[in-house]
Amino acid sequence: MFLFRSLAVLFSALASLTIAVAALAADLQSLVTNLTAGSFGDRETAIGALASSGDARAAPILEALGAGQLYVRTSDKLVVIGKPSGNQLTLTEAVSGAAAGAATESELERVRVNNRLRGIIEAAVGSLTLMSPDARVRRGAADSLFKRPEPAALGPLDAAIAGEKDARVKQAFTEARAAVVLASDATAQQKIDAIGIVRDRGDREALSVLQGAANNAKEPEVKAAALAAAETVRQTLAAWEAAQNVWYGISLGSVLLLAAIGLAITFGTMGVINMAHGEMVMLGAYTTFVVQEIIRTSAPHLFDASLLIALPLAFLVAGGVGILIERGIIRFLYGRPLDTLLATWGLSLVLQQAVRSIFGSSNREVGAPSWMSGAFQVGQINVTYGRLWIVIFALIVFASLILLLRKTSLGLYMRAVTQNRPMASAVGIRTPRVDALTFGLGSGIAGLAGVALSQIDNVSPNLGQGYIIDSFMVVVFGGVGNLFGTLIGALTLGVVNKFLEPYAGAVLGKILVLVFIILFIQRRPRGLFALKGRSVE
Amino acid sequence: MNLGTIMRTGLVAAGLLASAATGALAQGAPPIKVGILHSLSGTMAISETTLKDVMLMLIEEQNKKGGVLGRKLEPVVVDPASNWPLFAEKARELLQKDKVAAVFGCWTSVSRKSVLPVFEELNGILFYPVQYEGEESSRNVFYTGAAPNQQAIPAVDYLMANEKVQRWVLAGTDYVYPRTTNKILEAYLKSKGVAQEDILINYTPFGHSDWQSIVADIKKFGSAGKKTAVVSTINGDANVPFYKELGNQGIKAKDIPVVAFSVGEEELAGIDTKPLVGHLAAWNYFQSVKNPTNEAFIKTWQTFTKNPKRVTNDPMEAHVIGFNMWIEAVKKAGTTDSDAVIDAMIGVSVPNLTGGYSAMLPNHHITKPVLIGEIQGNGQFDVVSQTNGLVLGDEWSDYLPDSKDLISDWRKPMNCGNFNVATGKCGGKGK
Repeated sequence: MFLFRSLAVLFSALASLTIAVAALAADLQSLVTNLTAGSFGDRETAIGALASSGDARAAPILEALGAGQLYVRTSDKLVVIGKPSGNQLTLTEAVSGAAAGAATESELERVRVNNRLRGIIEAAVGSLTLMSPDARVRRGAADSLFKRPEPAALGPLDAAIAGEKDARVKQAFTEARAAVVLASDATAQQKIDAIGIVRDRGDREALSVLQGAANNAKEPEVKAAALAAAETVRQTLAAWEAAQNVWYGISLGSVLLLAAIGLAITFGTMGVINMAHGEMVMLGAYTTFVVQEIIRTSAPHLFDASLLIALPLAFLVAGGVGILIERGIIRFLYGRPLDTLLATWGLSLVLQQAVRSIFGSSNREVGAPSWMSGAFQVGQINVTYGRLWIVIFALIVFASLILLLRKTSLGLYMRAVTQNRPMASAVGIRTPRVDALTFGLGSGIAGLAGVALSQIDNVSPNLGQGYIIDSFMVVVFGGVGNLFGTLIGALTLGVVNKFLEPYAGAVLGKILVLVFIILFIQRRPRGLFALKGRSVE
Repeated sequence: MNLGTIMRTGLVAAGLLASAATGALAQGAPPIKVGILHSLSGTMAISETTLKDVMLMLIEEQNKKGGVLGRKLEPVVVDPASNWPLFAEKARELLQKDKVAAVFGCWTSVSRKSVLPVFEELNGILFYPVQYEGEESSRNVFYTGAAPNQQAIPAVDYLMANEKVQRWVLAGTDYVYPRTTNKILEAYLKSKGVAQEDILINYTPFGHSDWQSIVADIKKFGSAGKKTAVVSTINGDANVPFYKELGNQGIKAKDIPVVAFSVGEEELAGIDTKPLVGHLAAWNYFQSVKNPTNEAFIKTWQTFTKNPKRVTNDPMEAHVIGFNMWIEAVKKAGTTDSDAVIDAMIGVSVPNLTGGYSAMLPNHHITKPVLIGEIQGNGQFDVVSQTNGLVLGDEWSDYLPDSKDLISDWRKPMNCGNFNVATGKCGGKGK
């Protein structure tokens, strides 16, 4: 009898439990269904309701909604999360998390969100993931709350701070809490304390929060404190800004260096005014595109190495075309600079149109390998990996070129031929061969530049045109025939340009740089580092 | 009637039709020539080549339907090579040598300004398919793209209402369209109570590629505690490195949204759009608009270009509307004579690709819906807002002191492109 009774109790307990679970699930179900209906305004209410349900399963659903991965299956109106795999989407049921097969995009109706909703979702997910076991997720949650402080998040934040062990996350929580306090109706003293915490953070977001607090403050002492703190932050940022301009200048300089260094060989040492130099850069960029296309279709796992594979190929393609140009056209025109100018200009147009006919006139997409995407912070400077690698690459190319010219026999011949052709010929150097190789080397280096530039500029038939003027400017400014001059010239022009830009604007900045170079050439016609001695004549 | 008879009758009828069609051609009705004036080389080739292809497709489709007035259409393609003075020369060649009935062409405003005197002198007809800065109305030009009030102003309204934007960066390429549009926008924003210090205007040269410091500037401007947005009139190639730099510096659409007037599906084809999700564009047409007319158009286009992934965009739609309007007007006038067609054009209404009708107004601009779209990860746009009904193209902006009193009406008896309602005379500032 006793057994029977206890069993009955157990059963009824179980039953009520299942009912409770079912009710919870049904509740979540209806909340999720609400997400998918109505206008953007209705969706906003539904997101708020789902977030305040406090259900742990709400966070992944909201994240999927924010990322545009929440769908309604057209056939049975089931709300699913779809993750792309191949041409299809792998589906999981949003509420239960069970697998729900796969479908194509056309069988599903995406639940649409706009910018405003994405921001709201981020804040909602932020307060739901404050207790996440992953420290990075917790920091992300703190950051999104800092940017979008919600007074309601104060309670969860206090709980999170109390339970937090990781010092950096705790710091982020404290800062987020300060931002939330500033947005709430706390007392003036609490707000002034919060202002101190935000000030110590000292970055752009902190400035934004402080300015916002100053704009919205009702109490005069809070307003004054916020303004003073904002001013402190602004001063620190101004110092960083100068450092940032130097970095941007070096980055622009490295791009100029890459574009100009090949020209420093063909124009600087051989004296050929090569207007088709930019097109060699373009050929390098298109080689990268072709390599990436082949890798995408036949060996996708090699994608991260695509640029490394493209480098030697771009060098060979551009160098080979360069040798063809030298043997086919330029060798007949040595000593006739005007004819060379016109011939190579015409050639550049021919090459552009040829590429346009083969690849079409629209831009081609060259992807960034994973090690070149993203950015990291140095103090308040944002350094992107792509730009950093280009600076390093430019310096490597420069160093190898110097070594090649100084330490190899080919380099020796090249210098001999450019310095005194008859004498070089007399001692048995085959000058036409050296001419062709020198021109090929200059063009090949332009091809290498193309691989790097494909990462930051449009891969289009006009790619080279944008760099030809700048390249000539760098070579002439640095001193014709001097590679170190090209290095210093490129970096100087880059840094000067970046310091002028914020004050004068991009258009006027460029003009000022040009005027500066013209005046400079008047004073020093041979550029920064003039070659001395008889070879000049 | 058995099956055989039906088939036989059908064959006879088909034969009769065929002979009628060839008969009409054989009777010496020469084809009607249609000029296509788009750059096929140079900087603008990236955008304009597509428009040439659209025109060829439309003409081919029309010829399949038997042409117009019983005559076939014949395209005459010339290449002005992104060279503005050459546009004028080529326009003259089309009108004088080839004697084309109408010209579809131009992209940049400077090319339109270059051909304008030629069309007025030789009394030609030009259909101009691109959104532009307004402040112009010519009897010989039909503007099928958006005027500023059909693109820029609704976009700013959307940001103000939906994203509560209070601070504005107006970034553009340094030439006439961005400068005039920004002038109109600045006046408009001030009329809405935005302070001078909350507006930052920035111009960059064509093809600008190093955006690091400008994007850093935008970031700095955006950290003033007020919601900030960028209104971009950056044109052409420069957009790609601009958006790349935004992604690099971690500017997300939810922090500082960018709304662009010159970035469409075609421009996005060269970029990985995942970091750009949520940035906006304002147009009168998006490929993603779902309706049978648009789906049929996309299908025809992809078959014509033999590329199942080829995208469509807003200026293409403008050419579709312009071409269909011209066909209607020619039918209405019964001739291709310029004066008759120009008069017949006003009031013509044809279906647009967003599921409604567009009509030609007396000021030679058309009615259009305005759509705001957000960039998606697949390079397409999601429409997040659409105006209620159609917006009438307003050539003379109401927000500029020089043009607020001007109107244009090419119907008789007014027949004036810049009628000043304050003085009651034809002829005021501008052209």
